[in-house]
Amino acid sequence: MTTAVTGELSVDSAELRGFRQVQQLAYACAEAVAARLEPGITEREAARMQREWLRERGVRDWFHLPFAWFGDRTAFVNFRIPLQFFPTNRRLEPGMPFILDMAPVYDGYTADIGYSGSLGINPVQDKLMADLEAHRELILREVRERRPLREIYEDVDRLMVRQGYANRHRAYPFGVIAHKIDRVKERRWSPHVFGFGTQSLKGLASDALHGHRDGWSPLWSPYRFSDHPPRPGLWAVEPHLGFRGTGAKFEEILVVTDSRDPEQSAFWLDDDLPHVRRWAEEK
Amino acid sequence: MTVPVTLEGARERRVRAGGVELCVAELGDPGQPTVILVHGYPDSKEVWSEVAPRLADRFHVVLYDVRGHGRSTAPKPLRGGFTLEKLTDDFLAVADAVSPDRPVHLVGHDWGSVQAWEFATIKRTEGRIASFTSMSGPSLDHFGHWINSRLKRPTPRRVGQLLGQGAKSWYVYLLHTPVLPELAWRGPLGKTWPRILERVEKVPGDGYPTPSLPTDAAHGAWLYRDNVRTRLRRPRPDAYAHAPVQLITPLGDAFLSERLYDELELWVPQLIRRTLPAKHWIPRSRPAQLASWITEFVTSVEGGRPESVTATGKYADRFGGQLVLVTGAGSGIGRATAYAFAEAGARVVAVDRDAEAAIRTAEMSRLIGAPEAWAETVDVSDEQAMEKLAAKVATEYGVVDVLVNNAGIGLSGSFFDTTPEDWKKVLDVNLWGVIHGCRLFGKQMAERGQGGHIVNTASAAAYQPSRALPAYSTSKAAVLMLSECLRAELAGQGIGVTAICPGLVNTNITSTAHFAGVDAEEEKRRQKKSARLYGLRNYPPEKVADAILRAVVRGEAVVPVTPEARGAYLMSRFTPRALRRIARLEPPL
Repeated sequence: MTTAVTGELSVDSAELRGFRQVQQLAYACAEAVAARLEPGITEREAARMQREWLRERGVRDWFHLPFAWFGDRTAFVNFRIPLQFFPTNRRLEPGMPFILDMAPVYDGYTADIGYSGSLGINPVQDKLMADLEAHRELILREVRERRPLREIYEDVDRLMVRQGYANRHRAYPFGVIAHKIDRVKERRWSPHVFGFGTQSLKGLASDALHGHRDGWSPLWSPYRFSDHPPRPGLWAVEPHLGFRGTGAKFEEILVVTDSRDPEQSAFWLDDDLPHVRRWAEEK
Repeated sequence: MTVPVTLEGARERRVRAGGVELCVAELGDPGQPTVILVHGYPDSKEVWSEVAPRLADRFHVVLYDVRGHGRSTAPKPLRGGFTLEKLTDDFLAVADAVSPDRPVHLVGHDWGSVQAWEFATIKRTEGRIASFTSMSGPSLDHFGHWINSRLKRPTPRRVGQLLGQGAKSWYVYLLHTPVLPELAWRGPLGKTWPRILERVEKVPGDGYPTPSLPTDAAHGAWLYRDNVRTRLRRPRPDAYAHAPVQLITPLGDAFLSERLYDELELWVPQLIRRTLPAKHWIPRSRPAQLASWITEFVTSVEGGRPESVTATGKYADRFGGQLVLVTGAGSGIGRATAYAFAEAGARVVAVDRDAEAAIRTAEMSRLIGAPEAWAETVDVSDEQAMEKLAAKVATEYGVVDVLVNNAGIGLSGSFFDTTPEDWKKVLDVNLWGVIHGCRLFGKQMAERGQGGHIVNTASAAAYQPSRALPAYSTSKAAVLMLSECLRAELAGQGIGVTAICPGLVNTNITSTAHFAGVDAEEEKRRQKKSARLYGLRNYPPEKVADAILRAVVRGEAVVPVTPEARGAYLMSRFTPRALRRIARLEPPL
């Protein structure tokens, strides 16, 4: 387990190149699978398509196994227990929104991405996606200001309420809007429990333990344990909006360093992503 | 004595068909799609006098007196002259005369609808009918199958349905007796009928029925005698509609059970359902609503999209195309309510003093099913602004069908810390806002005389005393009583009034509430703390919105929402002393 050493996280370091590569791979997978979705496909099948696509390209371990949510499950309607996140036999219908969420480990580098789309036209989800841009800007701005994570979380919440949406990342375990990710040692055997890779869980647990001693947490939540300034490292940020049975999210890596230069102190790992390109095109 | 109604500006002509001469009236541009309106029993084509002009600027509207009614001649002999086959001949003759090349859009009420079902389900009219809007008149064939299926498998529920409709059909049995109905109609019943309609059926007394009523009703008895027994005994097995059908069901119909249409999807591949809280004679009592639904339906069929209704909400049949105005629609319960109505296909006017938030609500409403939505920036406590709003809404969007007076602000603190300004502010918004809304929009509703509904957002605090909320509770108690009084006053005009009493609902009312008697910093802290408590309670405003729609559909008077509100409501009625004890507790802020 290597801990992200903060000095190494300059924009062009080999370290970040590795993460960028796997994040691109994951988004390529999402786009490829999304293009192959058709009416009648189930969530399980969509999850398997992601898994197979990535396995064929050398992914051996996972932060978590791929998820797929269709229809009102994109907004986590009536989710009570975490088991409900797992793919079901819900079938995709024309006009339905979907979200693909996967976290492959490639060459020891982890990515965790979320891709929202719909089968055909879904104006509500289009609107949600368009409104997510403000959240991406807000998060980066406030992280650069070194505001406590809990406060940033509350500001994101307020923006959502103003936009008229419900906060759906609240449904994730611990209600997290983001969590730390890191490099993972590659082993010949990499089992997973409840969909999460044991190696990654080990890393998260060790971060949590160290963080607990030093007053920070690898989980960015609305709770008191997130009441600390952003911790240098890589954060997979996943704001998730919900609106009456339709949900949309993006998920990508935010790099936080201990640099004094605000530009260098925090930046999105990669701006060449589907949702960012989409926003640029719309302008 | 009121002047008998006429169809103003109608061009009349006579059409000969199978031994009778039919009186046909036309309005509007013949180049437009043709809509044929068929009247019921005991009526004449003037029953449509309020609906037809509303359709005439968009369509070529055609009305005719059914044989033996109004100024059409009667067949000789009467017996056997009113069979559905002959009525079909009449319809085809009229359709060929007024629209020889294009199929027509049929609209039928009562017996007009019964006939039109025949037209829409037999072979020889195929291609002549583009769409059919049915109200209060089932197909006799479907009705026969409906009875048979219930006789064959008589579960308790189905027997109940059968007996219920059997009781509602009392007049059908009477009409089968010889001579007596004719005597009654030509005698006392014909004289008192207009008053009976007014009193029992709530039809406005405006010169309808026409003087031909006694003969219409006497001749029309043969509609029943010639068709009902034969068709109900041996319903056609192939009565499938060959055109899209819009079914408008008045829920207060004294003659037809809404259960009759339960299995209609079996017979009609393209069916749109609409419901209306009204009695049997909707062409007289709800012409505006009918005209708008017919317009929407005909337009969508002409545009090639029979299922134009994108609204997916549970109550789309009821609120589709209706005009709904919500105050305080920029956040919380108001916003959720606007969205719920939008999902049900209503046209939404979102009113809020926060312009940006109102625009946002209108924009999202359009995305989720509202055919139209507008934002209006108004402070409900501002009398002049509200008057301006009412005038603007009436001229630009129409008369509001459902008004939701929801805007409200929070105020907490001891009675002695509450300054007169605090009192004024909270009463201005919470009470005067509601008064202005009811006064201005309620008046428009009452003047239109076609029903409507007013929902006022009160609060559980309206009946649950609390030492922490003296001013707020007072304002909400006033809203509750205002709603009850208004309900009593408007009951006779078909306008319902509902008071919604939510308990702790997770909205931003906590973070904008004023806390009397503390400094700004302490106020901020309390706002945050109460917002957190409400957040932990986490009762979503969407559920309150659902309760509002349900209350409108059911016409409920007082609706506590959330378990604590329902509990307090029960306590206020059965154990008020215990509730007073609770009122003494200091809230944990």
